[in-house]
Amino acid sequence: MADELIKPDELLSQIDHRPSGAGWMDTPVDIRKGMYCYASNPKSVETLGLPNARPWNPLEDDWKLPENWQQIVHDGFRERLDKFRSFKVFMDICVRCGACADKCHFFIGTGDPKNMPVLRAELLRSVYRNDFTTAGKILGRLGGARPMTLDVLKEWWYYLFQCTECRRCSVFCPYGIDTAEITIMGREILNLLGLNIDWIATPVANCYRTGNHLGIQPHAFKDMLDFFVDDIEEVTGVRVQPAYMEKGADILFITPSGDVFADPGTYTCMGYMLLFHYLKEKYGLKITWSTYASEGGNFGFFTSHETMKRLNSKMYAEARRLGVKWILGGECGHMWRVISQYMDTMNGPADFLEEPVNPITGTKFENAKSTKMVHIAEFTADLIKHGKLDLDPSRNDNKIITFHDSCNPSRGMGMLDEPRYVIQNVANHFYEMPANTIREQTFCCGSGAGLNAGENMELRMAGGFPRANAVKYVHETFGVNMLACVCAIDRAALPASMGYWVPEVEVTGLHELVANALIMPGEKERETDLRGEPLPGMEE
Amino acid sequence: MPTVEFGGKSFTVDEDGFIDDYTNWSQEWVQYVKKEEGIDELNDEHQKVVAVLREYYEKNGIAPMVRVLSKVTGFKLKHIYELFPSGPGKGACKMAGLPKPTGCV
Repeated sequence: MADELIKPDELLSQIDHRPSGAGWMDTPVDIRKGMYCYASNPKSVETLGLPNARPWNPLEDDWKLPENWQQIVHDGFRERLDKFRSFKVFMDICVRCGACADKCHFFIGTGDPKNMPVLRAELLRSVYRNDFTTAGKILGRLGGARPMTLDVLKEWWYYLFQCTECRRCSVFCPYGIDTAEITIMGREILNLLGLNIDWIATPVANCYRTGNHLGIQPHAFKDMLDFFVDDIEEVTGVRVQPAYMEKGADILFITPSGDVFADPGTYTCMGYMLLFHYLKEKYGLKITWSTYASEGGNFGFFTSHETMKRLNSKMYAEARRLGVKWILGGECGHMWRVISQYMDTMNGPADFLEEPVNPITGTKFENAKSTKMVHIAEFTADLIKHGKLDLDPSRNDNKIITFHDSCNPSRGMGMLDEPRYVIQNVANHFYEMPANTIREQTFCCGSGAGLNAGENMELRMAGGFPRANAVKYVHETFGVNMLACVCAIDRAALPASMGYWVPEVEVTGLHELVANALIMPGEKERETDLRGEPLPGMEE
Repeated sequence: MPTVEFGGKSFTVDEDGFIDDYTNWSQEWVQYVKKEEGIDELNDEHQKVVAVLREYYEKNGIAPMVRVLSKVTGFKLKHIYELFPSGPGKGACKMAGLPKPTGCV
């Protein structure tokens, strides 16, 4: 819990990257408070119809597993090796060169050898060798094999939930092993035994039942957007009118529910609403929200392929029902890995939708040809490029901005330049963090893949250290005071890690900055930004 | 799940000490959280925050966003922290008997 969190300098001084003398197989797992998340609530597991719903506590010896749990793990492992060729290849080809070892934010921030991606994967590979390879069966431990025991299972659980599936390590792997995929498979096998964390299980259950991770019901969702309508009017003098489930609208917009609920994402949400109103007034473009498909994120992705598929299908079902041309996606992180790398073969092809074309500029979004889903940063960058937005970047002049590439939009879909292009057109002061901490090499916020809970705050702050350290550098060098990002987990996680490591820096979404600069038709003279803070030159 | 005893009543709570079920809330629970939070005296402002939270939750099945709580009560976030040292979530929502929100928050 935050109130028991150790101080930043203590956390730094306890990091030791020298391995202990003992071999890793002889170092038993020590499940430590502050580093793990609470066990899944049985009600949520039950809602999803997933196995072994029961109360359990990671700190207790008895995890209340089914009697034949070893058989379940073995069979689950084999099923996935047969089904996913990539997983089989990743189990076989690692030469343990160690190129990934020091690339992980959790290893950098904790010094725990089992947070080296190679060793995290080795937790699974050792069991793979024992159960599925001839060499492993004959040579046993000499060949790096070990049987699955209760201690091994606990070690899997502890360390697979200390990985944010960010894939920075994969960038450096000479074989291109996608280490996130190993975590994904491991978590999926753990879920066969009911070993999820609650910060994932409950959002997934909420989303399955209500339409979004937070469990916001339709009338409450509308209520929240209406609240923003009032606030927007106070700031701009313009009363926007968001459309809900409008049949025949041009575009369906889907964003993470965090944006309608949690600060500072709520200001990003107001940014979307202003942009959509602008496009409707100026160009007649009709964009609709949905209270059914009211979640861009997909914590099912952190549970199993099957739950990911279930949650993802709602977006496309709603797009089909409303008869829109294509889907516009908000500032979410992992949603884009799900869309770009899984959707097409999972719930696709979405051939009932049109290949996305920006109706205002005529630009064809070739990259979204098969998924039919366009990232709002690409969309806005395209509008700016064609001179379709009236902008006054000086309204953001008191913000000295840097940009945090969210792991999945950068490494999972290759979106690197569009957010930067947008920032540089809506603001005048932009500085990059060091090259080895941005773009494809971006450091994770430290809380992704469902780890942004409260009880594992020490882990989050340790994992968030490399990113925060790069922010600290641009803060001290260029006076950066605003960290921009395009992910709702970032907007939830980075304020905590900034508060801990670089308290002078605040966090914003991209479209908050856009809307501050956007000159609305019929607006009053603006005195404040969306947060109600005075604009430059308007201070008392 | 652990239980706590207070004022002659027993409450089942989660790992962070939130009450397991909104309907089990009572004035004894309020007094229990008051003690846990280290609040000296419950005044009208505390009561107002709790009432607003419960009313919103009953209507919407979820806690209000912080900005709504602030607007409806008329208290700035800083003042809510003065009233509830653990903040609107871990302090006020807990006292009002609401569950913790989870997700991208």
